[in-house]
Amino acid sequence: MSCSFPALKCWAILSRPLRGLNKNAKTFAPSVAPFGPLGCNVISSMSGKINEHVVGKSAPRKEGRRKVTGAALYIDDLTFPEMLHGVTVRSSIARGLIKNIAFAGDIPWAEITVVTAKDIPGENHVALIINDQPYLADGVTNHPEEAIILLAHADKYLLEEARRNVRIDYDESPALFTLEDSVNKKEIIWGEDNVFKSFLVEKGNVDDVWESADLVVDGEYHTGAQEQLYIENNGVIAIANPAEGVTVWGSMQCPYYVHKALVKLFALPEDKIRVIQTETGGGFGGKEEYPSMIAGHAALLAWKTGKPVKIIYDRAEDMVATTKRHPSRTRHRTAVTKDGKLTAMEIDFVIDGGAYCTLSPVVLSRGTIHAAGPYSCPNVRIRSSAVATNTPPHGAFRGFGAPQSIFALERHLDKVAHAIGLEPDEFRRRNFVTEGQTTATSQVIREKVEMGQLLDRALKLSDYHAKREKFAGENPTSRIKKGIGFASFMHGAGFTGSGEVYLQSVVGAEATADGRVKILSASTEIGQGTNTIFSQIAADALGVDADLIDVAQPDTSSVPNSGPTVASRTCMIVGKLVESAVLGLKQTLIGSGLLQEGYDQKEFQNACRHYVAQFGALKTFSKYQPPPNVNWDDEKYQGDAYGTYAWAVYVAEVSVDLLTYEAHVQDFVALQEVGRVINPVLAAGQIEGGVGQAIGFTLFENVVWDKGRMINNQMTNYIIPTAADIPPIRVFFEENPYAYGPSGAKGIGELPMDGAAPAILSAIENATGVRFNHVPLMPEAMMKELV
Amino acid sequence: MDTSANTSKITCTVNGKAETLKAHPLERLLDVLREQLHLTGTKEGCGEGECGACSVVLNGEIVNSCLVPVAQAAGATIKTIEGVASGDQLHRVQQSFLEFGGAQCGICTPGMVLAAVDLLERNPNPSETEIRTGLAGNLCRCTGYMKIFESVVQACKSE
Repeated sequence: MSCSFPALKCWAILSRPLRGLNKNAKTFAPSVAPFGPLGCNVISSMSGKINEHVVGKSAPRKEGRRKVTGAALYIDDLTFPEMLHGVTVRSSIARGLIKNIAFAGDIPWAEITVVTAKDIPGENHVALIINDQPYLADGVTNHPEEAIILLAHADKYLLEEARRNVRIDYDESPALFTLEDSVNKKEIIWGEDNVFKSFLVEKGNVDDVWESADLVVDGEYHTGAQEQLYIENNGVIAIANPAEGVTVWGSMQCPYYVHKALVKLFALPEDKIRVIQTETGGGFGGKEEYPSMIAGHAALLAWKTGKPVKIIYDRAEDMVATTKRHPSRTRHRTAVTKDGKLTAMEIDFVIDGGAYCTLSPVVLSRGTIHAAGPYSCPNVRIRSSAVATNTPPHGAFRGFGAPQSIFALERHLDKVAHAIGLEPDEFRRRNFVTEGQTTATSQVIREKVEMGQLLDRALKLSDYHAKREKFAGENPTSRIKKGIGFASFMHGAGFTGSGEVYLQSVVGAEATADGRVKILSASTEIGQGTNTIFSQIAADALGVDADLIDVAQPDTSSVPNSGPTVASRTCMIVGKLVESAVLGLKQTLIGSGLLQEGYDQKEFQNACRHYVAQFGALKTFSKYQPPPNVNWDDEKYQGDAYGTYAWAVYVAEVSVDLLTYEAHVQDFVALQEVGRVINPVLAAGQIEGGVGQAIGFTLFENVVWDKGRMINNQMTNYIIPTAADIPPIRVFFEENPYAYGPSGAKGIGELPMDGAAPAILSAIENATGVRFNHVPLMPEAMMKELV
Repeated sequence: MDTSANTSKITCTVNGKAETLKAHPLERLLDVLREQLHLTGTKEGCGEGECGACSVVLNGEIVNSCLVPVAQAAGATIKTIEGVASGDQLHRVQQSFLEFGGAQCGICTPGMVLAAVDLLERNPNPSETEIRTGLAGNLCRCTGYMKIFESVVQACKSE
């Protein structure tokens, strides 16, 4: 840890599993009303009764008031005295040598600070996994829009003029722009074979099966890039000098990732780097690792100018230069018996990582592990690889490889079902994995899993069978074709395999002099509700009001490293540490004699005050301990990939207009089993938001590439769903508590990204009879097949 | 743009208060509000009039302030998100957003609240379609819009 903790007592508390849980799945009616006919149910807000259990209630958003009044301060709302602006000069070619940089035009260049790779005090790479990505291109560029030099000045308008007057001469080299060209090694542009990472997962032996199989079905599926499109662009402010070190404020998901990167960039000790997360207007993975880059840039300018420097991207720059979802290609070969049992699955999964490695190995990992889904199959082979192209590196976006591989799987299983003459739902029923069976990585499922029941319920909620029949009758004589389709899937929460052990996350809890409790964690609030659910979890554990709990702003000088805000881990993993850290406070207070069991809130507050007055600061820390019996082999990629999975079935009803070739989602049912719902409004909000993004992924969001550059990098022509486009999204939860999550909760942040694309395409197939195998599915592509 | 030369004085009323702005006439109203009046509640999401995060009410009409040259504010009455609440008393739309989860990351919220307030002032009992259309100029990436619709529906009820 890079911060010092002046705590008198420091406890390492084991994460305790919940004992004596009711292991039976429990369902409850949605406490959030669907947006359907007006006059729907009012959601009950939290009552003011003290010590009433707050987990399970829709406690109001902690920082909500400042958000609805416009008082919340995002990075671009902040200015510092003597602050300069910074801009990035970027490559206009995809690959080649940088021969010359000239400063032209009628610009007062003497006033402008220029930073190049030569100005980097430490190492010129963004510390992540392989460390191949430079902060500033030094003599060679590998993708369009790669950062080459930085400029700073007080006048942001002059700076923009200056940026346009930097003339760079290049010696262009042949470049690769597609996954196919990279796999086929048309050029070698990275390493020896263009491959950042590959995996091989094997179970049983698929090769023994093909010959004797009743039926073998092949298929190929594609997904395109997707821009995260957080409504707040990337931005940071940095102050940096050799005497004091580096401080960066900014919009981000992972302060400690930025911290680690800046340590290397500046070759400074850990305690000379400080990273502070400001109110963040959306992330979705797009601010997982990219902030390290922009933070380094601002800090380098601050270092050279001796002044605070702000860099804010405008929308066009953010879209063209920062990370996107990895495009993918998946090939399936599947063997089934004539009564629809899976006997072999061979999967080839490839993702396009862009020009540098960045997070591709981890995206590949998750996509690989999810590639065979919640099905039981005795023989599985998954070969996967992440390959290089000369495009800006692709990165994290909610789902992180799983939406890509799950799309392919669900589309393919529809095809297999059809090939053996089974309905898609009946085929799934015959193959769902259950407790005691194994996944593709040979993980034994040790929780109660009832995918068949989830499927039944989802189909009932969506009136699936009745609608299929109705549409079949109406479609032949209608220009508007209607269809309904579903997808069944699971999503593993937390870091894969040994990832959480590697992270060694820590959370602190402080009892303050004014009788309040402050949570110290690096988990960021980015809209998902971190502050609120941490307060609820802490309040419940202590038996006090959630109003008594404060969540400290993530600042690496005062919060421990709780790991990144990614991987659907914030509630399940870090929330559990919040619970145990505050239990540590309670233990200490009781142990000191200042508090008795069965206390009320007033007594608790007094105990805090007295303790601090008598002994000084009271902070406790809790460090992650893996649940028992989680065994993962990183070499063979076998074993318990995730501590637990959330299970889901999503159903989409669509209409396709054969005049305009537009497909509209008319209704959407999202049913998932999530362990425990900590806050119904926030949880439903996560599902609704994720489904909205997934609908965008399926029907709206098309990145248009030209020689490695996104050319529709504007909101006017990169379309996300508006209020007019979104269907009613009806969310339903079931609860089968996870023993190691806070109050039994599993992670849910990314789950909703997985199901919409295959469900919608299944519905379109039902409506039109045409099986589309790629997303985004634009009207032009539908017109080609339907005309 | 050279902000020192060619500046004009532009008088207007912002959130009920008389203001004199000093700006080049083509500076964006968005920037002048944020930088001169320090009303940072209005946000830039796209700079091209697509996302609505920069929404303000100008002479009774909701506009994208990133597309409004400040010259157009001369003699105008402007309301920003900061002018929606009455002191400590939240507008029923804001209260509703708080209770029903209308805000997640909050960056679209100022514009969305203004759009909802504007909608309800024009149409106190909008249908589902009218709510969708009324808010279609404001993009949200976090919520999937469901809780925003719910917040507006509930705000209508709490008169």
